[in-house]
Amino acid sequence: MGKYDFPDAQGHFGRFGGIYMAETLIPAVEELRRQYLRFRDDPDFKAELAYELKHYVGRPSPIYHARRLSEHCGGAQLYLKREDLNHTGAHKINNAIGQALLARRMGKKRVIAETGAGMHGVATATVAARFGMECVVYMGAEDVQRQAPNVFRMKLLGANVVPVESGSRTLKDACNEAIRDWVTNVESTFYIFGTAAGPHPYPMMVRDFQCVIGNEAKSQMQEMIGRQPDVVIACVGGGSNAIGMFYPYIEETGVRLIGVEAGGFGIASGKHAAPLTANAKIGVLHGNRVYLMQDEDGQIIETHSISAGLDYPGVGPEHCLLKDLQRAEYVAINDDEAIAAFDALCRFEGIIPALESSHALAHAIKIAPSMRRDQVILVNLSGRGDKDMSTVARIKGITL
Amino acid sequence: MSRIQTVFERLQRQGRKALVPFITAGDPHPRLTVPLMHTLVEGGADLIELGVPFSDPMADGPTIQRASERALAHKVRLRDVLDMVAQFRQHDAQTPIVLMGYGNPIEAMGWETFAARCEEVGVDGVLTVDFPPEESSEAFAQLIRHHLDPILLLAPTTAPERVAAVVNAARGFVYYVSLRGVTGATHLDIADVAAKVAAIRSMTTLPVGVGFGVRDAATAKAIAAIADAVVVGSRIVQEIEHSGEQHAIPHVKKLMMELRAAIDGN
Repeated sequence: MGKYDFPDAQGHFGRFGGIYMAETLIPAVEELRRQYLRFRDDPDFKAELAYELKHYVGRPSPIYHARRLSEHCGGAQLYLKREDLNHTGAHKINNAIGQALLARRMGKKRVIAETGAGMHGVATATVAARFGMECVVYMGAEDVQRQAPNVFRMKLLGANVVPVESGSRTLKDACNEAIRDWVTNVESTFYIFGTAAGPHPYPMMVRDFQCVIGNEAKSQMQEMIGRQPDVVIACVGGGSNAIGMFYPYIEETGVRLIGVEAGGFGIASGKHAAPLTANAKIGVLHGNRVYLMQDEDGQIIETHSISAGLDYPGVGPEHCLLKDLQRAEYVAINDDEAIAAFDALCRFEGIIPALESSHALAHAIKIAPSMRRDQVILVNLSGRGDKDMSTVARIKGITL
Repeated sequence: MSRIQTVFERLQRQGRKALVPFITAGDPHPRLTVPLMHTLVEGGADLIELGVPFSDPMADGPTIQRASERALAHKVRLRDVLDMVAQFRQHDAQTPIVLMGYGNPIEAMGWETFAARCEEVGVDGVLTVDFPPEESSEAFAQLIRHHLDPILLLAPTTAPERVAAVVNAARGFVYYVSLRGVTGATHLDIADVAAKVAAIRSMTTLPVGVGFGVRDAATAKAIAAIADAVVVGSRIVQEIEHSGEQHAIPHVKKLMMELRAAIDGN
């Protein structure tokens, strides 16, 4: 593999990515790109971000050797990158704090965000409170229902949570509504986008802010086992935790990278959220060209996943490229397999994982038995599962 | 000469301004779309913008979102919209038609197939809200090869140097979005619009249309005084929504005649 250097100046990751936005927002994303490139390497900005990550987020997050679960699987050793231990309980804060610092430097006093499971909404509400900014979070009405604790958390933090009733009432509709807000309030407002997708520079910027995950993991693994893992696994909705973990490993070609999409009721059922695994056609939505779940007329189809954070018809452009380059593999884990992995981590390790992260874990549990005991799988445990209590209880037929 | 060019040249000779209504194909029901298009012409339309329904209309406000949802509930596809244009053309060979929508349904059909079919059925221009010129050179080349005008948007936020680049890629006319916001938003500042339209005119000889926020006859009249075309979208779609299938045609005709009279200064 030659030198990997993406995106290009126009935000293209090979044939993916780009800037597909209404004219009103083109100057806004252009300004964002200029400002981001200006501050990205600015020593003051970097120092402030490092300070916030250490003292506010609680980084570095540890890596934990899940010995009992590894023993149970009877093969490769499972290591967990504990993003669930970050402040607010997921990797989303890494990006939210980076974008909030940029918003402050751009003089924006109002931030908006879309959210699915609510973790990015909580992270955005948190940093808005931390920096005294007005915050509006758009959330699909269906997700408001299934993630009620996170809605309450956002409100406690002072955010205005707007339920979105249009379309499928999930993450993609929340994105549509946040974009409409941004079009209307473009001069006062910074859109803190939650995943490594959307128009350039978001896929690049979100990746850069999330790379702290993979960069830490590389030195931590070296310290713990004296080498890098054989396999690195992360779940993929839009793909921000996965790209943050994968990107520093791209040129380490001895490390297998596996992205795990939401298989829902199974790929064959059509009720899933796995555009890469299901070989979806390439299309354009939310500002970028990506593999996209759509019908034959180009209408976006409704997705299904037990996990609100993975319930999205597209995927970030860099994952599309990594699939084409065959540098990363993409697989799907169904709802029931994710729940089984969720249970296993609770019982064997005393860690309650997010349903999103349970997808990555499920694939690790699936392949570990076929690997040797001296081989190592590193799983990005992107978030904690407190927010999923009511969903899991409902599935188990329990009334809380 | 293209139908779009013919219309604008005729209006200029007559010292009149174009009235450009927008409706969503398939709203409120697919069988009403072609009759509604003829009604728009009878009510004084010079050019029709026909919306192609899309599942995720990010640049549209609630009124046009609902129109898209109603059309999609009737399973209206891009190929059905093209068939509607073909049907319209059986009785109207003059009125230009611009298809307006989002890029993905066209991507799914393929730009080459789409452009060829547009030419065959008598479409004159194509406006894809989420495809800026920077990402559209191949797509626009297909349109131009099939004698279709790529219609492009300019916004209040568009910087002067970018206006130059956009009008350079545009054909037919340019469409100035008169306010920040989604379709159907309010608060139009006429003096501000006039200044921006003048700035655009200094960079292109193409006619300039103004839309987004034209809510009534008075606004239409004020816009007609400063632009070559007045685009009315959400107000007409709202009339269709409120009238229902039974009354949509007479109500839309009445609204169109009011707008026409205001624009013509009567």
